[in-house]
Amino acid sequence: MPQVIFVHPDGRQDAIEIAVGASVMQGATQHGIEEILAECGGNAMCATCHVYVDDEQIGRLVPMSENEDALLDGTAAERQPTSRLACQIEVTPALDGLLVRLPDRQT
Amino acid sequence: MITPQVEPRDIRQAPSSAPVSDVDPFSDAFFEDPHPIHEALREAGPVVYLAKWNVFAVARYAEVHAVLNDPATFCSSRGVGLSDFAKETPWRPPSLILEADPPAHTRTRAVLSRVLSPAVMKQIRDGFAAAADATVDEIVARGRIDGIADVAEAYPLSVFPDAVGLKAEGRENLLPYAGLVFNAFGPPNALRQSAIERSAPHQAYVQAQCQRESLRPGGFGACVHAHVDSGEITDAEAPLLVRSLLSAGLDTTVNGIGAALYCLARFPHEWERLRDDPGLARNAFEEAVRFESPVQTFFRTTTRPVELGGVAIGEGEKVLMFLGAANRDPRRWENPERYDITRRTSGHVGFGSGIHMCVGQLVARLEGEVLLSALARKARSITVSGPVKRRYNNTLRGLESLPLAIEGA
Ligand code: HEM
Ligand code: FES
Repeated sequence: MPQVIFVHPDGRQDAIEIAVGASVMQGATQHGIEEILAECGGNAMCATCHVYVDDEQIGRLVPMSENEDALLDGTAAERQPTSRLACQIEVTPALDGLLVRLPDRQT
Repeated sequence: MITPQVEPRDIRQAPSSAPVSDVDPFSDAFFEDPHPIHEALREAGPVVYLAKWNVFAVARYAEVHAVLNDPATFCSSRGVGLSDFAKETPWRPPSLILEADPPAHTRTRAVLSRVLSPAVMKQIRDGFAAAADATVDEIVARGRIDGIADVAEAYPLSVFPDAVGLKAEGRENLLPYAGLVFNAFGPPNALRQSAIERSAPHQAYVQAQCQRESLRPGGFGACVHAHVDSGEITDAEAPLLVRSLLSAGLDTTVNGIGAALYCLARFPHEWERLRDDPGLARNAFEEAVRFESPVQTFFRTTTRPVELGGVAIGEGEKVLMFLGAANRDPRRWENPERYDITRRTSGHVGFGSGIHMCVGQLVARLEGEVLLSALARKARSITVSGPVKRRYNNTLRGLESLPLAIEGA
């Protein structure tokens, strides 16, 4: 299974294996990554699954939809150019080793 | 408005594979204590047949979630109540969002999503929080209050109609209108029929408030109308989308906040945890929505023959989803009977799931969070101080009266 590396705000790292086809959000919540709230359960409505994708790796992702873009304007932690919603990142074999940083707040 | 003539549906034999139940989920006995009946329905099988109303029903989390997430098979455009719009005239012009399927739904949904987006919540947050502080200051000063009238109703009424941009006159119609809407999803029982009979003045009020000229610039209502100018919706559609906010945006949060107060007053240990860390307020509210499921049920209608949980269901059948039962399904939740304000609530279906998942959920969470946070900071104790009375509605679960004693911090 592809691995996704989560970097907590304090620098700790968790490498988690996530099934192909699942979202980064699903992997995170199933493995107890507490910084991912996912209040809407992955329905792309709440922006509480915000992550910062590693600068070098942002190009590996499928570009975001208009809806994701609009939601990211409402994140609790500051939006950055590498901001994405974890529920909208589908894990593929090509994403193995993806590194995402967790914001210090989601609400 | 037309009072529906309900055609008696043929009494059919349920398909052999679905266990038949004679439970009436729209009866007073059910409203008083649905949980043992939810459990029996969950245990009876993944899909059951309710002989009383000739409908299929799902009460387990997996099947409720599956039905919610397959809108092509389980549609909403034939009504999300018992009444099948393909066979009966709806009691009001159907909702353009709740009672619509893609692609029509996709367009109207995009508009309301933007009107109620996370970015909009940031703008209204401070105002909603200040109003919550004011409500809590007042009830703490009074000491003995009714948690429903004085908090669960008073707080949303102090913020939501203003946020929509309604004028001050006539707001007393809002809760009766919403009560009507949610009773009307039910079967043709006394609750539904008497609500519809008394509905004319409330309907007239709501229709008038939905017009562009009635709505304050800058409010949610005016923002809906602004999407007419960009061509996303027509000027005939805008008032109906404002109507969705008035139908679904007030009584739901009343019952959500009422549920949270009732939980915190009943479970002092959780109240203490909230006082120790008011930062838990948002999840304490979310967990109350899971635990009590203020919106208990919705229907779908099958668009084709389908097999669900091993049961064959024909085309044009109504399927009732027990959201409250799914939210306490032990197959999905650990200790589901426990109100736990630090539970990981993500995935509960109290706000639905999939394309129709509550478009107002951020407003609801904002109200719930700021109210509970104010309470946690300003009150030392909150206890039930008199007889608790339940309010009966075909869809909404909540209380009529919740006498509370509140001690200031
Ligand atoms: C605790 C409070 C609330 C609860 C429990 C709740 C529950 C729900 C549920 C279960 C649905 C799904 C309906 C379906 O699948 O057929 C829904 C949809 C909806 N809700 Fe809420 N709701 C709440 C608050 C609000 C608020 C505050 C608003 C408006 C500001 C709102 C507006 C709507 C609308 C317009 C829909 C239809 C969405 C669609 O069909 O795409 N709700 N709500
Ligand atoms: S989980 Fe809500 S937007 Fe991703």
